[in-house]
Amino acid sequence: MKTEVRRTSIRGSSIRTKANLTGWLFISLAVIMIVIFYFYPMLQALLLSFKSGTGMNLDYVGIDNYKRLFSDKTFTTALTNTFIYLIVQVPVMIILALFLSVLLNSRQLKFRGFFRTAIFLPAVTSLVAYSVIFKYLFATDGMINKLFMSIQLIQTPIEWITDPFWAKVTIIIAITWRWTGYNMIFYLSALQNIDQSIYEAARIDGASATRQFFGITIPLLKPIILFTSITSTIGTLQLFDEVVNITQGGPGNATLSISHYIYNLSFKYTSDFGYAATVSYSIVVIIIILAFLQFKLAGDKK
Amino acid sequence: MNKLKTTGTYIFLILAAFISIFPFLWMLISATNTSADVTKGKLIPGSYFFDNISNLFSSIDIGTALINSAKVSITTTLLSLVIASLAGYGFEIYRSKAKDVVFSILLLSMMIPFAAIMIPLFQMFAKLSSVAPAIGIDTLSGVILPTVVTAFLIFFFRQSTKMFPKELLEAGRIDGLSELGLFIRVYAPTMKTTYAAAGIITFMASWNNYLWPLIVLQSPENQTIPMLISQLGSSYSPDYGMIMTAIVISTIPTALVFFFMQKHFVAGMTGSVK
Repeated sequence: MKTEVRRTSIRGSSIRTKANLTGWLFISLAVIMIVIFYFYPMLQALLLSFKSGTGMNLDYVGIDNYKRLFSDKTFTTALTNTFIYLIVQVPVMIILALFLSVLLNSRQLKFRGFFRTAIFLPAVTSLVAYSVIFKYLFATDGMINKLFMSIQLIQTPIEWITDPFWAKVTIIIAITWRWTGYNMIFYLSALQNIDQSIYEAARIDGASATRQFFGITIPLLKPIILFTSITSTIGTLQLFDEVVNITQGGPGNATLSISHYIYNLSFKYTSDFGYAATVSYSIVVIIIILAFLQFKLAGDKK
Repeated sequence: MNKLKTTGTYIFLILAAFISIFPFLWMLISATNTSADVTKGKLIPGSYFFDNISNLFSSIDIGTALINSAKVSITTTLLSLVIASLAGYGFEIYRSKAKDVVFSILLLSMMIPFAAIMIPLFQMFAKLSSVAPAIGIDTLSGVILPTVVTAFLIFFFRQSTKMFPKELLEAGRIDGLSELGLFIRVYAPTMKTTYAAAGIITFMASWNNYLWPLIVLQSPENQTIPMLISQLGSSYSPDYGMIMTAIVISTIPTALVFFFMQKHFVAGMTGSVK
C-alpha cells in the first residue's frame, strides 16, 4: 500500500498532464462547435453591422447603419412593442406562476396531480401550433368572442387580431398561456425543497399566511425567481413564432417584434443583411443591460 | 373564513386548469368536425375526423414534412447527447482552472439571441453550399448542424455529473479500462436518467424549431412540420377541420414523449437549476 502511494506520487505529475489532456479531448468537439456556431457568427454580425448592400454584395459604410437605426420609425415601433410585451407580460406571468405554485404546494389540496399536469400542459406544445390555434380562437368571429358573448361578458365582438391595442393583448395572453405553467414547475420544485419546519416556527410566532409568503417563501425562492425572470426576458426579447403566426406583425406594425423585424429586413424586404445585423445588435445590448440590472437588483440584497 | 378560502382556491385552480386545457380540447374537437361546423362554434365532437385525415393527406404533403422533422429531430438528439455528455463529463471529471474559464465563456453563449446570429449563420451556410452542397443551404444537415450543441445541455450534463459516484471510475481504471472506455462502459450506463431528460428536452426543441429551418430551407420537399403548420395557418380560405387535424398529428410525437417520460421531463427541466 505504501509503495503504491509513493509510486503514484512520483508519476503523479505526468499522469496529471495526461489526464488534463484527455479532459481537453473530451470537451474539444463541443467547444469547437459553440465557437463556430455562436461566437464566430456573433463577431461576424458585428462586422456586418458596419456594412450595407443587397444580398451577398456588401460594402463597409462605417456607422451609417447606426445612424439609420436612430431615425428608423419601424425599429422604434418594434422596440416599443417588445418592451410593452416585456414590462406587462413577464411580471404578470411570474406573479401568476408563483401564486399557482404556492396553492399547488399545499398538502391538503385534492387533485394536485391533475391541476399540476393541466396547468403545465401548454408548455409542451409547439410555438407554431399553439399560435395557429390562438389565431383562430381569437378571430373576430372566433370561439373566444362567442364564449364571452354567450356569458354576457361583452355585447359586441372584440377585434382581438385586427385592432392595434387588442392585438398586443392577444399576444400577451398567448405568451402567458404558453409559459406560466413552465415557470410554475420551477417554483414548485423549489418550494418542495424548503424545510417545512421554517413555516412551523413562523406559525408558532403567529405570522399570517401573507407574512409567511413575503417573509419566507419569496426570499427563499429569490435565486429561482431571478433565473426565471432572466430566461423569460431573453425569451420575450427574441419573440418571433407567435407574432409571425398570430398577427403577422399587424395590424400595421402594431405587434411587430424586434426578431420579426430583423427577419423581414433580411429575408422579406429587399434583403439588407448589414442593417439587419445592426438591428440585431440592439437586442444583444439590451439583453446585456437587462441581465446586468436583474443581477444587480437581486445581488445587492444578499 | 377558512372554508371560503379553500373554495376560492379550488375555483381559481379549476379556472386556471380550464384555460390551460381549453385550446387543446378545441383543437381535438375541431379535428373531428367540418370547417363549417368549426366556424359555427360547434363544441361537440363530430364524426368527420377520418375525412379530415384523408383530405389532409391527399391535398398536402404532410408525410414528407413528418419524415423531414423526424430525421432532423432524431439526428440532432443523438448527436447532441453524445457531444454534450462528453463535454459535461470532461469539464467535471478532468476539472482544471483553465477548463473552468472555458466553461464560463461557453455559458455566455446562452445569452446570445438567435436573431443576432441567424444572418451570419445563413451566410456561412450559403458559402458552404458552393463547397459542400450536401451540408449547405436547403439541406436537412444545414438545419441540424448549428442546433446540435447548446451550452445549456453541456451545463446540464456537468451539473448531473456532480452527483456521479467517482469511485466507479477508480474501480474501472483498476479493471484496465481506457479513459474513453470508462466514459462508455461506466459513466453512460449509470447516467440513463440524465440522458433521458436531456434527450426529451432536445427532441422537443428540435421538433418544434421554426425560425432556423424557415431561413435555411427553401424547397417544399425539405419543409419541416412547424413550417407546414405555419403555412396552413396563413392560408386565405382555411379548412379549419383539416388544419386542426394536421396540428393534432404534428403534436403526437411530442405528446407521446411527454406522457411516457413526464417525470424525467420535469426533473430534467428543473434539475439543472437546483
